[in-house]
Amino acid sequence: MTTPKITARNVSVYYGATRAIDDVSIDVTQDEVVAFIGPSGCGKSTFLRTLNRMNDTVPSARVEGEIYLDGEDIYAPSMDVVQLRARVGMVFQKPNPFPKSIYENVAYGPRIHGLTHAKGELDDIVEGSLRRAGLWDEVKDRLTDSGTALSGGQQQRLCIARAIAVDPEVILMDEPCSALDPIATAKIEELIHELKGRYAIVIVTHNMQQAARVSQRTAFFHLGHLVEFGATSDIFTNPRAERTKDYITGRYG
Amino acid sequence: MSGLSLVILVIGLALIGWLAGRMRAAAFRRGSTRRFSSQPVHHGWFVALWTVGPPLVFLAIWALTSPALVTDAVLANPAASQLPPPGFDRASILSEARSLAQGRSYGAFHELARTLAPVYAAAQSRFDWIASGIALLLAFAGGAFTFTRVGPGFAARTQVERVVMILLLTASLIAILTTMGIVASLLWEAGRFFRIVPAWEFLFGTHWSPQVISARDPGASLGAVPLFWGTFFIGAVIAMVVAIPFGLMSAIYLTQYARASTRRWIKPTLEMLAGVPTVVYGYFAALTVAPAVRQLGVSIGIADASSESALAAGLVMGIMIIPFVSSMADDSLSAVPAAMRDGSLAMGATSSETIRKVLVPAALPGVVGGVLLAVSRAIGETMIVVMAASGVATLTANPFASTTTVTKQIVDLLTGEAEFDSAKTLAAFALGLTLFVITLLLNIVALTVVKRYREAYE
Ligand SMILES: Nc1ncnc2c1ncn2[C@@H]1O[C@H](COP(=O)(O)OP(=O)(O)OP(=O)(O)O)[C@@H](O)[C@H]1O
Ligand SMILES: [Mg+2]
Repeated sequence: MTTPKITARNVSVYYGATRAIDDVSIDVTQDEVVAFIGPSGCGKSTFLRTLNRMNDTVPSARVEGEIYLDGEDIYAPSMDVVQLRARVGMVFQKPNPFPKSIYENVAYGPRIHGLTHAKGELDDIVEGSLRRAGLWDEVKDRLTDSGTALSGGQQQRLCIARAIAVDPEVILMDEPCSALDPIATAKIEELIHELKGRYAIVIVTHNMQQAARVSQRTAFFHLGHLVEFGATSDIFTNPRAERTKDYITGRYG
Repeated sequence: MSGLSLVILVIGLALIGWLAGRMRAAAFRRGSTRRFSSQPVHHGWFVALWTVGPPLVFLAIWALTSPALVTDAVLANPAASQLPPPGFDRASILSEARSLAQGRSYGAFHELARTLAPVYAAAQSRFDWIASGIALLLAFAGGAFTFTRVGPGFAARTQVERVVMILLLTASLIAILTTMGIVASLLWEAGRFFRIVPAWEFLFGTHWSPQVISARDPGASLGAVPLFWGTFFIGAVIAMVVAIPFGLMSAIYLTQYARASTRRWIKPTLEMLAGVPTVVYGYFAALTVAPAVRQLGVSIGIADASSESALAAGLVMGIMIIPFVSSMADDSLSAVPAAMRDGSLAMGATSSETIRKVLVPAALPGVVGGVLLAVSRAIGETMIVVMAASGVATLTANPFASTTTVTKQIVDLLTGEAEFDSAKTLAAFALGLTLFVITLLLNIVALTVVKRYREAYE
């Protein structure tokens, strides 16, 4: 087995005094897609957000345990959060393009991280990212239009283009299709297939079929616990835990 | 009958109506198993409202018309034939007589007023009795009529609802009607001014010295451009140079950096500043800031630095506006969805990059709207400039020179004795109208911008 890209060891997350994640250990390798499933409120988003330290923006949140990116402790005091988030990109549940032009949305990350030195270089990054996000053909003639003027599915692909423009190593996706129709969802899933291998991808989803379609491994969370983590095919055909079985057969959730 | 006893009587009638309506409604409900649309108390209120309402409306109309009726009655008296022809003297004798009759004054300047006073008193009391009679009659009629309608099938509840609605509507109309009245009088007086001075001379003339108005060409010294410039310079330039950066920065601090506990006391404190009476800012400007600004001007080599400089008034006005700009910017920044901020942070942007590149641009339309509202406030602000700005109109961009504003000139024109229809006093109304139109336009633009912006994030 390859060395893991991300390793989480005994991670617990608290909001004030309440524990939202309890002692979770997980690892994600470079060339796979991992899906997080579980009933609403079980802590999937909370755990996902610990992986790029987005929980730092919630004043009451506190993280215990260790998380390593390429063997480097991301909660170590020496860790540069800005660098970390450039390496671990994130796509949110609701598409959240900036109220800027399509071009500027994608150029945002390269600009703030000073990735380019010439305008031509930036143009190339923007085009490449939009191409990889499968959006280039739809927007190439209207790059100066506002990103918020796109359809929901296009906006979400724009957000993915924005995330990959800084060439991250990992992409975290929190229910990226829950605000989209089936066609837009199919496009995003196709996109995930294409991005796989190049980026390690962690995706939270409520859609069992989606998890089965896009991921190689699946983690089932329940009430802050990691109940089961294994190959997606095993989880869906042959779950070990009773609770997993109840959930995927639709007994609750 | 005195006004007070009349009111007590009407309220008494209403109370009786309330009780009677209730009792009657309760009586037909007793023993019935039907469901009624209205409770007895609704019937009670229905009767009571109809007892109070009609006399109230009548008295309101009466209060407007009766003085004219009383005066007509007095004029019909033979003693009034000695009055001088209509004009200033006649009006002053009549008003003296009225004061005597109402016991508001005891000595009279005109002999005739003393003769007319009893006539006045008699007419007044006659009309008062008539009014009281009609009011009571209306109260009784309203109450009695509605009392007869109390019955099982009568939807008193919806009727009461309608009356409440009408009451609320009236309350909101009163403010609107009053404003319209003010605007109408402003238009009227300004119209008289523009009959003496052509509008273009007033709007585009660059010489303003109302102290010396030539009778032949009053427009020559009533060119308001220096005032418009001064108003713009103090309210929209100097004040905003102070208010925009400080207001915006405090809003950014409060929404993005301050912890909830800090925000909890800083925000109310800032808002409290908005409640400081402007006259306090006025003497702060005149007594503290103006001398300091003059000192500063002299020390940097501006020999004619004025102690009534535009800079002093503008600075203090800017400080006064800070809380206003801050709270508008605060609202706009808070309205930017948190997802926008998270999106930027997740890209690896720092807080200040996120603020500069995402939040402020996203909130900009709202902030611009807020600034326009602040400008409209600043140019209408009076007390600070009355106390700290100069009365001399000069057309200059030197912030240390003395400058005047529209509001300051309106005050100067209307205080001090002058006949009420000279070009000089009428000019105040023309200035007022211009100021009103400008602030109105600013407000409309600002509110549209803010509204568009709010919709964008809903
Ligand atoms: N900012 C916060 N402050 C306090 N508690 C929070 C906060 N965010 C989440 N929680 C709590 O933490 C728990 C886990 O929430 P989380 O959002 O991670 O669930 P989730 O699995 O993503 O649910 P969903 O599928 O509905 O998105 C919930 O009980 C939630 O109420
Ligand atoms: Mg979630």
